[in-house]
Amino acid sequence: MWQSRPGVLGWVMTTDHKRIGLLYFWTTLVLFAAGGAEALIMRTQLIQPNQHLVGPATYDELFTMHGVTMIFFFIIPMTTGAFGNYLLPLMIGARDMAFPRLNALSYWVFLGSGIFVYTSLFIGQAPNAGWFDYLPLANAKYDPGHAIDFYCLGIIFNGISSSLTAGNFIVTILKLRAPGMSFNRMPLFCFAFLAASFGLLIALPSLTADSIFLFLDRNVGTHFFDVAKGGSVLLWQHLFWIFGHPEVYILIVPAFGIATEIIPAFTQRRVVAFPLVAVAELLVVFIGFGVWAHHMFATGMPTVTVVFFAAATGVVVIPSTIQVFAWCMTFVTGQAQFKTPLLFIAGFIFMFVAGGLTGIMFLAVPFDQQVTDTYFVIAHFHYIIFGAAVFPIFGGLYFWFPKVTGKLYFELPGQISFWIIFIGTNLLFFPMHIVGLEGMPRRQYTYPGGLGWGPDNLAETIGSYITTVGIVVLLVNLVVSWFRGAPAGPDPWHGATLEWTIPSPPPEYNFAVIPKVSSAYANWDYEDRAEDRRKLAEGIMVLEQGHEQPVSSPVDGWWAEIVEMPHDSPWPIVLALALAIVFILLLLHLWLGFCFGLAGVVLALLGWHGEEPEEAVA
Amino acid sequence: MATRRRTWRGRIAAAALLLPTLLAGCGGSQNTLAPHSHAASDISNLFWVMTGIAFGGLALVTGLLVWAWVTRRRRGFRATDPADPHPGEKPAWFVVIGGGVVFPLMVILALFIVGDWAVLNVTQAPAASSTAMTVDAVGHQWYWAFRYPGTKAVTADELHIPVDTRVNLVATTADVIHSFWVPELNRKIDTIPGRQNRILLYADKVGVYRGQCAEFCGLQHAHMGMLVFVQPKTQFRAWLRKQSAPAPAPTTALARRGEDAFLSGPCSSCHAIRGTSARGFVGPDLTHLASRTTLAGVLIPNSRSYLARWIVDSQHLKPGNQMPDFHLTGSKLDALVAYLEGLR
Repeated sequence: MWQSRPGVLGWVMTTDHKRIGLLYFWTTLVLFAAGGAEALIMRTQLIQPNQHLVGPATYDELFTMHGVTMIFFFIIPMTTGAFGNYLLPLMIGARDMAFPRLNALSYWVFLGSGIFVYTSLFIGQAPNAGWFDYLPLANAKYDPGHAIDFYCLGIIFNGISSSLTAGNFIVTILKLRAPGMSFNRMPLFCFAFLAASFGLLIALPSLTADSIFLFLDRNVGTHFFDVAKGGSVLLWQHLFWIFGHPEVYILIVPAFGIATEIIPAFTQRRVVAFPLVAVAELLVVFIGFGVWAHHMFATGMPTVTVVFFAAATGVVVIPSTIQVFAWCMTFVTGQAQFKTPLLFIAGFIFMFVAGGLTGIMFLAVPFDQQVTDTYFVIAHFHYIIFGAAVFPIFGGLYFWFPKVTGKLYFELPGQISFWIIFIGTNLLFFPMHIVGLEGMPRRQYTYPGGLGWGPDNLAETIGSYITTVGIVVLLVNLVVSWFRGAPAGPDPWHGATLEWTIPSPPPEYNFAVIPKVSSAYANWDYEDRAEDRRKLAEGIMVLEQGHEQPVSSPVDGWWAEIVEMPHDSPWPIVLALALAIVFILLLLHLWLGFCFGLAGVVLALLGWHGEEPEEAVA
Repeated sequence: MATRRRTWRGRIAAAALLLPTLLAGCGGSQNTLAPHSHAASDISNLFWVMTGIAFGGLALVTGLLVWAWVTRRRRGFRATDPADPHPGEKPAWFVVIGGGVVFPLMVILALFIVGDWAVLNVTQAPAASSTAMTVDAVGHQWYWAFRYPGTKAVTADELHIPVDTRVNLVATTADVIHSFWVPELNRKIDTIPGRQNRILLYADKVGVYRGQCAEFCGLQHAHMGMLVFVQPKTQFRAWLRKQSAPAPAPTTALARRGEDAFLSGPCSSCHAIRGTSARGFVGPDLTHLASRTTLAGVLIPNSRSYLARWIVDSQHLKPGNQMPDFHLTGSKLDALVAYLEGLR
């Protein structure tokens, strides 16, 4: 069996999905802190009418960076990059991702794009036209300087990372499942990640094209969005939301996946209506591609168009309601044990339903046209994004903490952290409904007194501070538990899936013996696990020669072949560096240098495809 | 001279101190739940019905979770029973299908019919023939210009309409996307470059209604408010007649000096005053400036001291706005303000 290279070099060159997952985790945590700090400054500015903590220019940068950070640099990389990377191969009984070096490239490109975008903040040129960056406000006439160029290039750069990850997940899920794990025996977590990966792969090109058009309009003199020259400003909005709405589901469906693994473990019951839930996870992303124009109801589109998209918005509700009731009935018919992870999932269901119900209201077009661009919408999507994406992330952190660290977290501080966060977020986001109905538009750096908005804003700001305290308690609890926690053993929760069959933390090769799978809740199939132990003792199905990995047929999960996987490689980080140089040269308008940069990328790719040195087998 | 300058400074300082309290007093509210038209009250009623249903849905789901919590101890915690891996699966399916498919579909269908047919017919752009008059609203960074087609009347930030009258509002933009929104009268409509969007404006009661640009439009998006003055019909006709006339000539020597300063200085390159040679189009039309109650996108009241302060210090009041600070001598400022205050 193989081992990781020790030291810093081991991390830089790693292709181990668990190490890459941890790298993602730490990076996104830092970016989460940055996005959170931006939110706190905004909330402090809005604590009372007519405050001047920051001026309008800074405020515009803050809300733009907050949106861009939380969506592109926190939730997507946290769910897919950290949770998906670490857990997905473990759940399907694989020893790594299908393309380990591509996986490493995803991380380094992500890190590069994060540094790239945050550089803008430190040189005072941060994007400032909102995360959806409407034209013509974002064109060179109204927004000169590099701020929007940072936005376009950062989005494209980051999109490379997300696309690579998505493709990698799809192939991993389809081909690397342990023999016997046919499609209907796949954990719901994997269905969720399959759906989100297809969503990313199909939605991102639209955003990338949009960003390229904008970069060309601003810097080369094209007229995609120039009305005077026959372009269209609504083209930007359509292309953006064709990406932007599926994006919402891409953010929350992996969180559904996390929820559907935590619930069985803490109710000791298989998820109710399993096939329906699996189909619903796929459907929600699919239908999510047909609703984008409901973000544009106030732009004056023809009534027929508006009504069509309103109907589609109604249909997309159904896969979500199916899942909600399936989760709830699993709570009810199982033996719910409300430990911290399950508390977070219960909180998630509450927040998701609250946010979903205000979402259903938007299918009534006139109501949507009344409250769109107000704080009511801010309330709605924060209930969804904080409630339905971040709560499961927190729950997942507690749930898989013993698996990753080998230690148990402290339960009481865990539950306390949940209640602080739950109360804080509701105090933070609920009054936003009211203040939005009272007419407060979003994205204003200050507001007048006398319109009745003061008390709600004060409550929201207090809520934001309480939420911050809760998150700090959560993180401190986990850090202390890491050093002081009791040993967890391989399976502290009597979990349902394959990651609980192996030691905590898992060895480099994950599974000493390729596991036998005959249901989606493999760890509860006691005969199969006994058989695994027998095989290990007898040395059957161990595949100990190098990086060996069995490959299965996509649907039925039949044994197809054994492939030799690549090991540590310096080329992912070199290629990411070459790409970063290309984007910096584009930003600086050094077109000739850009051509040389491309040559650098080609050289890095040549190195990538050269012969690998022999690996030392321990 | 020196005393006069001090007077101005004193007034400006006093205005600065009073700013927070005065800002509150600019009139009108913009509450979507305090409707004053068929359209806005239909939307408001729709909201209350939807909210009732939504709380029912939330209570149902929360009830299931609480039920699971309440019954947790009675059943204790034991490992899953291999003999019965799916306890209660069949009744649970009924709940999932009933609560997750049938019930939401019925609610959504009802909501769709009411919201997107009945209410939509009331709130959507009116047939031009069904309206009694047209107003053009033009969004600018960062103020609203209102024109009354068929007359020469142009005003800024303060729109006057007659009560109980269907008004066809045509929303366009001079620069970026804005959104015309007066929540107590109707839903909002974006102003899109190269397009003419229309919306129905109607008010059932005389009064002042506040509105605001709703689409982020740059630095001073926060201060792009507007007031809609709904007047009795005869009063409105008199107002419109007066607004259509050219600016009154200055009557005092001081105001005449102010007019000279306005027309010879930088003011006229950005502002228009009908009846004079000032034809700028960057800032608002000032022909009847003194008839307005507020300045700068409903940011400050239109008083002597605020007008003076706006001329010398607008970048402090509204950072990033298109008007530079003008460092005028006391006498010039005095004359300019006297002239502008005469533009009734």
